[in-house]
Amino acid sequence: MFDGFLASTVVQNALLIGAAAAVLSGVIGVFTVLRGQSFAGHVLADVSSAGGALSLLLGINPMLGFFGLGLLGALGLTGRRRGDGDLAAGILLGAGLGLTALLLHFAVTMRGVAGAAVSVMFGSLFAAPPGAGLLACFAALVGVLLLALIYKPLLLASLDGELASVRGANIRLVAGVFLVLLALAVTLSAMAVGAILSTALLIGPAAAALRVSRRPWVAMLLAALFGVACCWGGVALAYASYDWTPGRVWPVSFFITSLVLLVYAAASWRRH
Amino acid sequence: MFAPYLLDAWIVSSLVAVASGCAGLFVVCRRESFAAHALPMAAFPGAAAAALFGVGQVYGLVVAALGGVALLLWLKRGQRSDAATALLLVALLALGSLFLSLSGRYADSVYALLFGQIFAVGPDDVLPAAILGLAVPAVLLSGFRPLLLSALSPDLAMVRGIGCTRIEILFLSVLALAAALALPVTGALLVFSLMTGPAGAACIMVRSPRAALALSVALALALIWSALALSYLTGWPAGFFTGVLAALLYLAPRIWRTARPAPRSPGLA
Repeated sequence: MFDGFLASTVVQNALLIGAAAAVLSGVIGVFTVLRGQSFAGHVLADVSSAGGALSLLLGINPMLGFFGLGLLGALGLTGRRRGDGDLAAGILLGAGLGLTALLLHFAVTMRGVAGAAVSVMFGSLFAAPPGAGLLACFAALVGVLLLALIYKPLLLASLDGELASVRGANIRLVAGVFLVLLALAVTLSAMAVGAILSTALLIGPAAAALRVSRRPWVAMLLAALFGVACCWGGVALAYASYDWTPGRVWPVSFFITSLVLLVYAAASWRRH
Repeated sequence: MFAPYLLDAWIVSSLVAVASGCAGLFVVCRRESFAAHALPMAAFPGAAAAALFGVGQVYGLVVAALGGVALLLWLKRGQRSDAATALLLVALLALGSLFLSLSGRYADSVYALLFGQIFAVGPDDVLPAAILGLAVPAVLLSGFRPLLLSALSPDLAMVRGIGCTRIEILFLSVLALAAALALPVTGALLVFSLMTGPAGAACIMVRSPRAALALSVALALALIWSALALSYLTGWPAGFFTGVLAALLYLAPRIWRTARPAPRSPGLA
């Protein structure tokens, strides 16, 4: 069944993107959960979907589109006043999603991109352009290095903001850099499982890892491992699914999301 | 724009607006915005499963949305963490994408179910839409006082013998029906905008709950009619206009207020 699985360049590309997304999302996800910023990740994912649609329309690398709009979203989040309720955020996101609908419509009608909505919203690991895998790995590496650079003040600020500022850490700068990293992680996750499913890769493995260990280092390592296992397992299952329903591949993102949910459920159940 | 073949779209979207405007007001007053966000997501795989098994879409939507109510109550009772909630919602969307990809019309149906397809409404959709579109406002209006009282003052509601849990389940079920009705027209991702944009604006503009309800319905109708007309005239997707107009509708009264600080009245929200 797996004849030529690893030899196929499409599969290699998918495995690389999946691994890059899982590693960066895993380590960033741990801080996202610790800082209670799951909602920010969700916002960035929804906003960046417009960027994914825009890149299809312009015919540029989707990573640029996702990340560009993700950065804009991060800028919006830093400017957000405290106390704006869920209602306002949800309605503003609705306007962003409306824009995504418009750009996807243009991508289909003006450029004839088949399956634009599917690839932006639910991911397209097997349809990623060649070379996207290496680019994703490079982006993940930059992200991890940047995180290493702000690791200490970020950890301190995440656990005890007042103590961090007493120690002279520039909390605003650290929080800003973290949002940029979050946008990068969301970008890679959106490339792997699609914009509206990217929360799964960002939050799931990290939350599961934090159930196993509260030590940040261990949790980050575990989250990256869980994420890579889910992504690679998902790619393998999708590859195999070609034989289950002749002629139709089950969506990779369905398998990855289900595996993430299983891992999280297993980690939570272990705690009980 | 008013050609006979579009008549069904006008009728169904008007019914959708009336139901969403009513349900939205209670969403805002009872602060159930999470439910208004989650229930359309829960309904999404139902529509996808209906497409896969060749059943009428409305049945899939209603069953899945009501299943979503059970899921929400279960999440609430167990005090599940945010992560668990987010993962379950995402898994529902992924399940929908699986059903759609197996049904064979993956690309078109994903777009239609996420962002809506107002002009795909046909004559067969009118009857179920009429039933749901009349049932939702009817139940909400008959439960008007207990629905508001149990949210604004649970203690007082208890004294009056109103069970908050029963009211909650009833309200979530009605909200699920409204979401199931609206999903094919606005898409799963924009049901929230149609429900809360007009209602959020109405709550800040008038004080009396009854007036807010009427205004919310009127604004929802204006919103969906504008989206339909603009979509017809430009050929752009109606979902774009729904999302943007809802945000403008919600923001306009707030900006108006900040611009000229009149004697403040607290309003409903």
